[in-house]
Amino acid sequence: MIRRASTGLLSRSIVAGVHHRHFSSTEVPGADELFMMAWKRIMPNLDPPKTPLAFTRLRPSSISAADIASKLTVNLVSPYSEFSNREVDMVIVPATTGQMGILPGHMASISELKPGVLTIHDENDVIKYFISSGFAFIHSNSVADIMATEAVPIEKVDPASVQNRLVEFNQKLSSASTDLEKAEAQIGVDVLVALNSALSE
Amino acid sequence: MAMAALRREGRRFAAPIISPQPLNPFRSSISSAEDQAFLGVRSISTQIVRNRMKSVKNIQKITKAMKMVAASKLRAIQTRAENSRGLWQPFTALLGDTPSVDVKKNVIVTISSDKGLCGGINSTSVKISRALHKLNSGPEKESKYVVLGEKAKAQLVRDSKQNIELCITELQKNPLNYTQVSVLADDILKNVEYDALRIVFNKFQSVVSFVPTAATVLSPEVVEREAESGGKLGELDNYEIEGGETKSEVLQNLTEFQFSCVMFNAVLENACSEQGARMSAMDSSSRNAGDMLDRLTLTYNRTRQASITTELTEIISGASALEG
Repeated sequence: MIRRASTGLLSRSIVAGVHHRHFSSTEVPGADELFMMAWKRIMPNLDPPKTPLAFTRLRPSSISAADIASKLTVNLVSPYSEFSNREVDMVIVPATTGQMGILPGHMASISELKPGVLTIHDENDVIKYFISSGFAFIHSNSVADIMATEAVPIEKVDPASVQNRLVEFNQKLSSASTDLEKAEAQIGVDVLVALNSALSE
Repeated sequence: MAMAALRREGRRFAAPIISPQPLNPFRSSISSAEDQAFLGVRSISTQIVRNRMKSVKNIQKITKAMKMVAASKLRAIQTRAENSRGLWQPFTALLGDTPSVDVKKNVIVTISSDKGLCGGINSTSVKISRALHKLNSGPEKESKYVVLGEKAKAQLVRDSKQNIELCITELQKNPLNYTQVSVLADDILKNVEYDALRIVFNKFQSVVSFVPTAATVLSPEVVEREAESGGKLGELDNYEIEGGETKSEVLQNLTEFQFSCVMFNAVLENACSEQGARMSAMDSSSRNAGDMLDRLTLTYNRTRQASITTELTEIISGASALEG
């Protein structure tokens, strides 16, 4: 009985939130109604599994065009670390089309990233990370999600070893025979060239 | 007790006269066991009880050691699992999570452990996978399994052998890292045709609580279909795709990346749950062994005292018979 009451509440909140962008609003994350009902029909004795919706963190609600947030909320996530809900002024990401600057109120977009430097401007601080490709989502409520497979602060990169590896990969590229080897060597060269230019900035 | 002693006395009169062997405690306890068994009195010989006590004590030591090992492994892997939790949040924020999506080809990826003695988490995963399979099979729909880990493989092979596409074991031979999991995800995506992937694992909430969870990843075609039809993914069209590639290529990269991120988190969470479940299973096992040891000690003392009493009554009755 309690479960039915709570599902009633959830469905009401979902209906109420329909005019907001669903996945970036402040409504309480609930479960997928259809799934729950189908599960209960087939397996009444087993509790249904939780879904990621139950574990998502709340996000700021979408704001109308007239009322743009003053700061950008940025989440930088990688498989080994996360750095979330920082309020900053501007972020520059290395998209495949070049360096892209993101300010609060930027239009919603999805962009792929290439290896390069991610710069975060927060008042007068400038923090640089080197990221090795990934994706960046910008939502219309001034929330930017940047997912990278590796994100290291620039200070931790050792210039000498970068030079050595660059020489090594250039050699591999010139001596590569199969397409696969060429592709692998090319990827290595791309990443190291980007690292090199990042360090020299 | 006294009646039993007198009865035993009656039988014993013959024994010392016929076989003049030195009365030693072992012999008396063994023969007393036989006599008592013959008389229907329940008791165990001290030798047998002592052997049991030794083995139970060894079991207690082993399970305590296994609990310590599991606790240390848990500590190592828990920080990594918590750091990886932020990885799939943006994907759920963008693409939503719709386990009720209706597709033709479902693939259920069940994550389990290789080693046993970890409580009921593997059985729960298998139960949930079977339920998802039942939910998603019908006239036009089909679902296949991809199994990670020996334990789920053993359980699923029994009744769904023809539905298993891929079996992957020995995942934790080397410490888990993203590269390994992304290669694995790539393998799965290449070899299995899918419209929706459902990953079943145990999410680690605390050392005593593991929640079975099912995460859904859709293929790029299904994402486009859902985006066009409206509903949860309808807002996806408002997002501008930066870059020179077409929308479908970007969507494909996106879904593949999503799958590898969700898999990485799922594998880490399952490993944490496995160590936590093993800790609590070994803990309850050592506690049970301790209880059993207490009970056996009491039985042992009682048996020992009973045999001493028997000795004494024999000697005293023999002496009084000689006197009188």
